[in-house]
Amino acid sequence: MSAVLFFLAAIGAITGAVGVVVLRNPFYSVLALVAHLISLAVLFLLLRAEFVAAVQVVVYAGAVMVLYVFVVAYVGGESDSIGERLRGVGAPGSTGSGLRLGGAIVGGALLVELLIALLGTGIEATSGYGAPYVSGPQTYGTPAYIGKLLLTRFLVTFELASFLLLIAAVGGVVLARRRGGIGEDEPEVFVPIDLPRPRDSGTIAEGVGSAPTAGARLTSGDRIDEESAVRTHAGSLS
Amino acid sequence: MSISWYLAVSAIVFSLGAVGVMTRRNPLVVLLCLELMLNGGNLALIAFSRMWGNGDGQILAIVVMTVAACEVCIGLGMIVAIYRRHLPIDVDELRELQG
Repeated sequence: MSAVLFFLAAIGAITGAVGVVVLRNPFYSVLALVAHLISLAVLFLLLRAEFVAAVQVVVYAGAVMVLYVFVVAYVGGESDSIGERLRGVGAPGSTGSGLRLGGAIVGGALLVELLIALLGTGIEATSGYGAPYVSGPQTYGTPAYIGKLLLTRFLVTFELASFLLLIAAVGGVVLARRRGGIGEDEPEVFVPIDLPRPRDSGTIAEGVGSAPTAGARLTSGDRIDEESAVRTHAGSLS
Repeated sequence: MSISWYLAVSAIVFSLGAVGVMTRRNPLVVLLCLELMLNGGNLALIAFSRMWGNGDGQILAIVVMTVAACEVCIGLGMIVAIYRRHLPIDVDELRELQG
């Protein structure tokens, strides 16, 4: 049973990872990463790391991926494929295909090296099934166990992580804030509707009373008229 | 399943992430592939933690998740700032800091 579950989750995780790398649209890449993270959480559960699996699903696949989806929707997901199409990258013989081939070769070499390092070790415990495990309310991997470790043995690590989160939050706000409208380095955008034009040129904007030149026409007298109209209307109501 | 199977999966995921970081151009996808590499490391940490029956590896995995969240926050903030300045969202075009 656990073997079947392992193979299902492992195939899901590897397929999700391939999808992240291969898919052209960044939005689909984010969705593939969500599938990968959920499969990985199943693997964590098989390794008796219940709390880490829950954190993986809630924090990673939930919060962080929503952040990614927001930024992909804001920036626009098509930038990669459009940019590559404009420069003709990906055609045989161009620099893009050479880069892709080189990346694949280096990645394959890395994979072989990692597999030799991880599986070719003399440590016999890697071919075992792990340490003996007895289920219980405070045993290995439960939230109680993790919390006890975090607040006793790894207290300094815990505090450092909280400081890191604070620094990252401040940095994110500083990076993404708007610096007082259009700055000096940004070109002013030309919008034709802002041009001055004769008063009664009959545009739709004038018809609904929000023409750009209407600011000059809306004198204080008009406003007083509106106020008195509201007052008389209120008087007739009461 | 024995622990070595989990280690093999973690090696595959890490290498796929490395390939993505090296080949993709969109910085958003580069960040996603960085997440893949971190997740491969996390899987290896938790597998070794299970191997010794010791919780330290899980604590380290949670710390790695925290660091990944911080990296996502800063990285996405930088991408939004790049987009606001109407620069191309392409790691090959952004070479102002290149010496």
